[in-house]
Amino acid sequence: MKFWTTAAALMLASSAAYADSCATGKTLTDGMLTVATGNPAYFPWVMDDAPETGKGFEAAVAYAVAAEMGFDADHVAWIRTSFDQAIQPGAKEFDVNMQQFSITPEREEMVDFSAPYYTSAMAVLTTKSVVEAGATADVASLKSLIWGADANTTAVPMLGDLIAPEKSPLLYDDNADVTAAMQAGQIDAALFDLPTALYLSAVVLNDGALLGQFPADRGENPDQFGMLMEKGSPLKECVDAAITALTENGKLAEIEAEWLQATTGVPLIK
Amino acid sequence: MADLKLENVQKAFGDNPVIRGIDLTITKGEMVCLIGASGSGKSTLLRCMNLLEPIDDGNIFLDGTDISEPGKDPQPVRQRIGMVFQSYNLFPHMTALDNAMLAPRRILGGSRAQLRPALEEMFTRFGLHDRMNHFPDQLSGGQQQRVAIIRALAMQPEIMLFDEITSALDPELVGEVLDVLRDLRSQGMTMVLATHEMGFARELADKVCFLHQGRILEQGPPDQIFEAPNEERTKAFLSRVL
Amino acid sequence: MPTQTRRQSFEARQRKRANMIAAASTFAVLAAIVLLVPLAPGWENVKRSFFNGAVFAKTFPGLLNAFVMDVAIFLWCAPLIAALGLIVAIARDLRSPALYPVRLLAIAYTDVFRGLPVILVIYLIGFGIPGLGLPRPWNSPYIWGSLALILVYSAYVAEVIRSGIESIHDSQRNAALSLGLSGGDTMRYVILPQAVRRVVPANMNLFIALQKDVALLSFIGPVEIFRQAGVYKSLMANFTPYVGAALIFLALTIPATRYADYLMNKQSKARS
Repeated sequence: MKFWTTAAALMLASSAAYADSCATGKTLTDGMLTVATGNPAYFPWVMDDAPETGKGFEAAVAYAVAAEMGFDADHVAWIRTSFDQAIQPGAKEFDVNMQQFSITPEREEMVDFSAPYYTSAMAVLTTKSVVEAGATADVASLKSLIWGADANTTAVPMLGDLIAPEKSPLLYDDNADVTAAMQAGQIDAALFDLPTALYLSAVVLNDGALLGQFPADRGENPDQFGMLMEKGSPLKECVDAAITALTENGKLAEIEAEWLQATTGVPLIK
Repeated sequence: MADLKLENVQKAFGDNPVIRGIDLTITKGEMVCLIGASGSGKSTLLRCMNLLEPIDDGNIFLDGTDISEPGKDPQPVRQRIGMVFQSYNLFPHMTALDNAMLAPRRILGGSRAQLRPALEEMFTRFGLHDRMNHFPDQLSGGQQQRVAIIRALAMQPEIMLFDEITSALDPELVGEVLDVLRDLRSQGMTMVLATHEMGFARELADKVCFLHQGRILEQGPPDQIFEAPNEERTKAFLSRVL
Repeated sequence: MPTQTRRQSFEARQRKRANMIAAASTFAVLAAIVLLVPLAPGWENVKRSFFNGAVFAKTFPGLLNAFVMDVAIFLWCAPLIAALGLIVAIARDLRSPALYPVRLLAIAYTDVFRGLPVILVIYLIGFGIPGLGLPRPWNSPYIWGSLALILVYSAYVAEVIRSGIESIHDSQRNAALSLGLSGGDTMRYVILPQAVRRVVPANMNLFIALQKDVALLSFIGPVEIFRQAGVYKSLMANFTPYVGAALIFLALTIPATRYADYLMNKQSKARS
């Protein structure tokens, strides 16, 4: 054991950036930052389900944060987890897990989140036929629709808070099932974070449409994504510092501009 | 008038011939007893008469009509020929009365209320009036067999077949079932019995047939068969059972 | 003369010994669970994630509420399953050559639906058929998800009933036929009533399984107890709601299973 740590330290001592990093000795594997993403990881968060290319918003953020923490691209390892694996008790197989996890006080009882790296607008995904049938971008009209959502997302409580539909919503395991149900006409509309909704509407659904958005900077219930870490993770401070630095120097905004479409074209919901 | 006439009836189960050419005439009002060792073909012969077993060759005529023609609907024939089995075979999920009422209701038609008086009378006649609403497992073997007889009689058959109906009974219960047969005999019912009750056969039968290996080896009036059998095998059989 | 025979005193000693061993080993296992599990290094984490009292108290009423949906789905599926199972069982026993296609269909049906995972059937029917473009309310996942359960479970029930039909001794059929009853009447009044009664315990076990499998409908949208537990899990990043759901299921299924076993024992005693 000692031999291996010494050997690893020697090997990595050549990396000057690493030597004085706040992450030293706090990662799963010394000298490596292990980042988890979804399986599969979706556009536009990760392009082509290949995070190691650094393409896609979350992939790019991961490498930027890693660099800030002192890991160059060769020292970032990727693994895949489900939501349940991310929150299960016991030793985690990742240092940070990023797959659009929304930060909520309830979840923070069980796991740690980094400072937010993205604040998402919530968007109403629907189909053209529903729009033609008269659905409009105001809460009164939305109430009467039949709603669906991914059961593992904060879209579920937000549905209740923002729209309070008349009929109880139908919930699914993933995006694919939500869109299948929409295609089958079983649900009229679904609530997603805006980038996901844009992608599903443009690529996955045959006649997808975005009815409107609840903007990111709304006062109540902002939906903020954070990197998920084990409760009490020693790395949190270091990750937070990196994200704060990236936010302050405008790097995060640059990445967002590069990978996430401008959302101004989607009407606001009244 | 109901005459049953068997001509060269043959029946095999696979390669095993059980009935090997039997000729037999049963005329109306007659009581015929089939005797013989186990496996001699008595039961199979009865089941053939009732068309529960299709015969392989030969003919069975009921009042001159060939009922054994392959492919012919056996249902109307079975309605005219009743059968009682060694193991009673009552329907365990029905009361004694419902056992007797099922076939008349489905076949003869009529409501329970219409059918009930005649059946009730029969239960009374055979000493079972207080057992009508009992289920089979609440009845003794002798009572069950009497219910089975009532069930067959309820269809008002012209001929009754009895397949060793006392063989499964405890000895003390045999008498009550034989009394029923005596009663039927006195009413002039045409009956064919496969039986081991030699005393009973001797007392009441018009004709006794001794079966051996699927053939009728000897037949005649009971006195002749029991007193002066012609065949050695008949003698040997009788000396074993008497 | 001794108060006990030699055999009796031997058996009494044996019984005492057996009881002591049983008591000791049960105690040892319980002690191991109660004492050793909390010593595991991850126990505190597991306890917080799976046996969290606060989360349990907060989510249990909602779970109980969602379970009403499971029971409702069960209640409308069960009679349809019984009816369809019976029809298929009878169709499998048809002997008339003209009805051979019906029999063939029944055989294919039971083979296919017993051969598929329930969840697959629910997905295919629950999303597939409404995808054909049915208007509301005929594309509801409740309808098609229920149909998927009905189709799968009817295949099992049909096989159980058929085994019941085959277990009725031929003498019953003969007795009915000898009275002049038709084949259909014989089946309806004599064979089936006995067969169905005989397979009640086996069918009860199937219906207990059905109550559990209703949770699979959650995959196509309905928010029943399993999905509700999943939502709570996601919101609180805590698995305790699943434990709550499990307890609710057990509260229903354990008594039902015990009752089925009781019936089964009673029946096998009555037959011996």
